[in-house]
Amino acid sequence: MPKLTIDGREVTVEDGVNVIQAAERLGIEVPHYCYHPGLSISGNCRMCLVEIEKMPKLQIACNTKVAEGMVVYTRTPKVKAAQEAVLEFLLINHPIDCPICDQAGECKLQDYYMDYGAYKSRFPLEAKVRKRKVVDLGPHVVLDQERCILCARCTRFLDEVTKTSELGIFSRGDRCYIDLFPGKRLENPYSANVVDVCPVGALTHKDFRFKARVWYLEKTQSICTRCANGCNIDIYHRRGEMFRFRPRYNPHVNQYWMCDEGRLWYKALQQESRLTRPLLRGAQGFTAVTWDQAVNWVIEAITQAQATTTSGESAVAGIVGAKATNEEAYLCLRLLTSSCGTELVAGLSWSPPQAFADDFLIKADKNPNTRGLQALGLLNGKVAVTHILDAAEKGTIQVLVVFAADLVTALGREAVEKALGNVKVIVLDTDYSGTTEYADIVLPIGTVAETDGTYTNYAGRVQRVRQAFPPPGEAKTGWEALSLLHAKLGGASYLSAAEVFAELAQTVPVFAGLTYGKLGNHGVPLASLLPEEVRGAASA
Amino acid sequence: MAERVLLRHLDVPDIHKLDVYLAHGGYAAARKALTTLTPEQVTEQVKASNLRGRGGAGFVAGMKWGFLPKDSPKPVYLCCNADESEPGTFKDRAIIEWNTHILLEGILITAYAIKCHTAYIYIRGEFAFGARRLHEAIAEAYKAGFLGKNIFGTGFDLDVYVHRGAGAYICGEETGLIESLEGKRAYPRIKPPFPATYGLFGCPTIVNNVETLACVPSIIANGPEWFKSIGPEGSPGPKIYCVSGHVEKPGLYELPMGMPLRTVIYDYAGGIRGGKKLKAVMPGGSSFPVLTPDEIDVHMDFDSMRKINAFLGTAGIIVMDEDTCMVRALEIIDRFYHHESCGQCSPCREGTGWLHKLLLRLEEGNGRPEDIDLMDRIAGNMMGNTVCVLADAAAMPTQSFLSKFRDEFVAHVTLGRCPLKKNGTGHRQAA
Ligand SMILES: Cc1cc2nc3c(=O)[nH]c(=O)nc-3n(C[C@H](O)[C@H](O)[C@H](O)COP(=O)(O)O)c2cc1C
Ligand code: SF4
Ligand code: SF4
Ligand code: SF4
Ligand code: FES
Repeated sequence: MPKLTIDGREVTVEDGVNVIQAAERLGIEVPHYCYHPGLSISGNCRMCLVEIEKMPKLQIACNTKVAEGMVVYTRTPKVKAAQEAVLEFLLINHPIDCPICDQAGECKLQDYYMDYGAYKSRFPLEAKVRKRKVVDLGPHVVLDQERCILCARCTRFLDEVTKTSELGIFSRGDRCYIDLFPGKRLENPYSANVVDVCPVGALTHKDFRFKARVWYLEKTQSICTRCANGCNIDIYHRRGEMFRFRPRYNPHVNQYWMCDEGRLWYKALQQESRLTRPLLRGAQGFTAVTWDQAVNWVIEAITQAQATTTSGESAVAGIVGAKATNEEAYLCLRLLTSSCGTELVAGLSWSPPQAFADDFLIKADKNPNTRGLQALGLLNGKVAVTHILDAAEKGTIQVLVVFAADLVTALGREAVEKALGNVKVIVLDTDYSGTTEYADIVLPIGTVAETDGTYTNYAGRVQRVRQAFPPPGEAKTGWEALSLLHAKLGGASYLSAAEVFAELAQTVPVFAGLTYGKLGNHGVPLASLLPEEVRGAASA
Repeated sequence: MAERVLLRHLDVPDIHKLDVYLAHGGYAAARKALTTLTPEQVTEQVKASNLRGRGGAGFVAGMKWGFLPKDSPKPVYLCCNADESEPGTFKDRAIIEWNTHILLEGILITAYAIKCHTAYIYIRGEFAFGARRLHEAIAEAYKAGFLGKNIFGTGFDLDVYVHRGAGAYICGEETGLIESLEGKRAYPRIKPPFPATYGLFGCPTIVNNVETLACVPSIIANGPEWFKSIGPEGSPGPKIYCVSGHVEKPGLYELPMGMPLRTVIYDYAGGIRGGKKLKAVMPGGSSFPVLTPDEIDVHMDFDSMRKINAFLGTAGIIVMDEDTCMVRALEIIDRFYHHESCGQCSPCREGTGWLHKLLLRLEEGNGRPEDIDLMDRIAGNMMGNTVCVLADAAAMPTQSFLSKFRDEFVAHVTLGRCPLKKNGTGHRQAA
């Protein structure tokens, strides 16, 4: 662990770390363009220059590994002058069309030249090297060659991460430009990551182009729920509307990346089909009711069922989808087992057959929380969804609670229709679905963006999501809705998702010891907390 | 005068043919090295000879070989740099085309010294004739058992391949060369790591210039002391001077290292063409500072040149007479670097183009007074801050032209034309 001094402050870092990373630990930013921690070192932009004692020339921090006793200066007049010179070079042929550039506000070129005092291009525009402005690269990405600073991050990403090498650098000198290799299109499943790695506005996402100025957007840490991988993301949103997902670094899950489908998943979460008010089925179909009316209806249905049931048989059953957070799934369990006294609770984790998967991030399991449901004992085969539907068809149960699951897509309309004809169906979900068509009452709940909670990814890593904005209309977060029902049935009520999680951690051994605090930004794997035999016993 | 070593074809006709080469002692040095010396002993001798790289940088060859890791499980490669593209430089070409086997013999001895079994000759694409000559000579050498398996019955194997470039100056930069040989775009690599530890295909690699390798047989044949006795001890050996430009007898001159530049120009190359006056010399190709007439008493060896802030480079001596427009001359030089910058590093990619455009503007008579200092500043900002030294190679001549011939640049601005131009004609002066 070498100890070095940067701008007069000491820091001890691991071997093999470069000076940019070491400086970062001290909160010192060494300006850089071509360096990206997830890619190989290229050393081409020459922006990251620093002064190092005993070295005659300025050194590029990205290609300088720390060494014991190294003394680094990042802000000397010599460094500043050299960085200013590099900026000047980068801007000489740059169009400086920030007012119409999507990257404005998160452009490293703009950031730095503002820092160094707005620079007036010394060349009349007509003398600048002109290149192509709108190059369609593939389904997601558009290239502006004039804005490109040739940092080679995009090409390195495609060479090193996806190994698909669609883009190359062509020509020489100031005529260099990025383009597709002949016959190629940028359409690999991770193509849009090039937009994130591009430090300027040369690569933009078709979906986000011209939609919003980034400085008007808020950013909330979350998890992509499109598949079981649980890629860490930031949700960019404003007034309850989401504009984009971007990957957030998690060394254990997705590094710096996410897939294109996940990136656009936000659209699926804010569709016309969102449920915004509690709905009660009457003769004329659904009518909107208040939460009080809805909750009372549900409680009554449950109590009635319990009263009329013959001894031993459970009159109430529940199905919990693997879309549910751990907290939601846990509360469903509590509600149904403790308050309703039924053992008939099953998890449902359905993915389309032959769903796409690869050996990088994308998983065939298109549910974010299959492992969480497993850990809670909801998917261990003790109670099968089909068993519950059989019981419903036979009339042994009278009330079915369906939480965040679409039985119709999973089991087919025929099976559902046969089974649900004779029972009261209570659906808690975010959107209209095949299943809501069979519901007697629908309680609207929030999506991943609208709630606090945790998911357990395919590898057993428990990761937090944070509420970006409240659920729309009268919808409530899932845990609030469940807490409300729980309290009405005489159980506890909860003030926050954290409180639910704390109780979960206390009662479910595989989660023992976990708190939101401990989960941090990168989550914690269940496996690491418990020896194998305990884990085995808990999930058995 | 003693028989030439590198340009021996001028003394022995047809020496590019194996039988002629053999009749004049060819491959005896290689035989001696492989059969009587260990690889370490060969390296020692070359180190002791002070042979310095003829590709431009003047690095001690034996020392470079010594940087190879001793215990690497990976194969070692030798790359002969035959990309010769430096303006004013045409020495390697002569060796390749007319003294072909001395190069192959040098490659063989060097490969033995560095324990390499595969060598590549990376030859400039335009040298079609040279590539053909190499192929012929290599075929002869294989047939005679000087290449291939079990050379001289020693169990040492060596294969030599010729790889033709596709016309980029940057492929001569040793790591650009390596990338190109790997089938990639010739983007020079950041160093460290250096090729000796991480070179071709990630393996330990030595890159040496044609002329450097062609010196090796004579060192083994005659001993390091003989080599060191030619020219200054710290920078010795036979050397090819390439003289071009406004001299009576342009061409190649093989002379000892350390000849005074004046002697080369006036005694060998016949002085300035048409009895004109000398105005400027670029002594080491286009990549280094220009010299004025009062600087030409300098001795042409690596160390002496450094003392006057000049460089021996490739010893490509470009001579310019009094009629030369220095603005136009620099425009031609910077046009070259603008064209040849690989475009990887911001300062080089943008700086070379910017300099060239400013020079064009100046030449067209539209230069602004502040452009002269601006060019100097741009060149200064390009120096010492890039992946390879092409940026420096553009910056150094630029700064030296601007400082040594400043008046001429100023005159272009104030007159709005070239001051050498008479009555508005003859704008494009000989350069
Ligand atoms: C832009 C550039 C072009 C170069 N071109 C050549 C070349 O054509 N031939 C050559 O031998 N060396 C060239 N060099 C030098 C090589 O990088 C390297 O130093 C040389 O081949 C080493 O051989 P030596 O030690 O025998 O001189 C060039 C260097 C640069 C920076
Ligand atoms: S497009 Fe963006 S990421 Fe790619 S080289 Fe240009 S600036 Fe870098
Ligand atoms: S791999 Fe899965 S979790 Fe990751 S972004 Fe894609 S769909 Fe989302
Ligand atoms: S200095 Fe110029 S030629 Fe050399 S790597 Fe950088 S851009 Fe390419
Ligand atoms: S970040 Fe170091 S050179 Fe680009």
